[in-house]
Amino acid sequence: MTLRRHADVVEGDELPPLQVRLTRGELIRYAGASGDLNPIHWSDRIAREVGLPDVIAHGMLTMGLVARLVTGWAGDPAAVLECGVRFTRPVVVPDDPEGALVELSGRVSQHRDDGTVLVAITARAGGQTVLGKATATVALTVDNP
Amino acid sequence: MALDPAFVGRCYPAAGSYQVGREKIREFADALGDDSAVYRDSCAAQAAGHPDVIAPPTFAIILSMRAQEVLAEDPELGLDYSRVVHGDQSFTHHRPIHAGDELSSTLHVDGIRTMGGNDMLTVRCEITDRTGAPVTTARSMLVVRGEGGAR
Repeated sequence: MTLRRHADVVEGDELPPLQVRLTRGELIRYAGASGDLNPIHWSDRIAREVGLPDVIAHGMLTMGLVARLVTGWAGDPAAVLECGVRFTRPVVVPDDPEGALVELSGRVSQHRDDGTVLVAITARAGGQTVLGKATATVALTVDNP
Repeated sequence: MALDPAFVGRCYPAAGSYQVGREKIREFADALGDDSAVYRDSCAAQAAGHPDVIAPPTFAIILSMRAQEVLAEDPELGLDYSRVVHGDQSFTHHRPIHAGDELSSTLHVDGIRTMGGNDMLTVRCEITDRTGAPVTTARSMLVVRGEGGAR
């Protein structure tokens, strides 16, 4: 992978969208990898006990997909200087083969003189946005004059 | 019971350090469905200028969550972790985390406020390497749902 050039990017550029299907299997895998064993991400019973409609995906799994969208476009994960999200709606993952489809898109919202760009990301599941204020600051390759 | 704003400014150093391993990074990248070579191939990572495979940008949540465990263990704070919902999260990367890193973390309580019967607890996990140099700053806003509160 090669880091994208700052000069090749303009404000308004769209990132290649990413669609990821999350089933219960993906949630279990993320729980193990991250160490987040909160049962609302694997137990129907406990999810309902705390007032959720069903098991929900880890917010940090959705955020991880945001980072994957951005690093895949930038060409180098080390280029991401900052990323942040607000978790506004849960991603509900029913126990069936379809699970939940998370759809991510991004757009360059600022092209800065210091060689960085600000990317604004939208994440949707079940026809609704699930994140607010999802942004990443990415340092791109700057050509020497 | 509302959290006491007097806790703002407290810091809790995490017990022990965290050894970043290649297989943990690979496992984390697999869980995100990310097949980038720099997460799994040391040679590819070195060709990109890193000492070893690097971690995805959200990997630091592992350290942040471990550091947050001390909050539930502080009886004076009285935090009921079963009522905690993740409100927002951000990472500032001073450099990428790579396999072989031995990381320390300190959790800082930056803010406590009450809104609509819920407590909003803002914490910051400062992650440093074995030389003490900053690696990642992870900020989390945790919503502690009040008794009968929203969400």
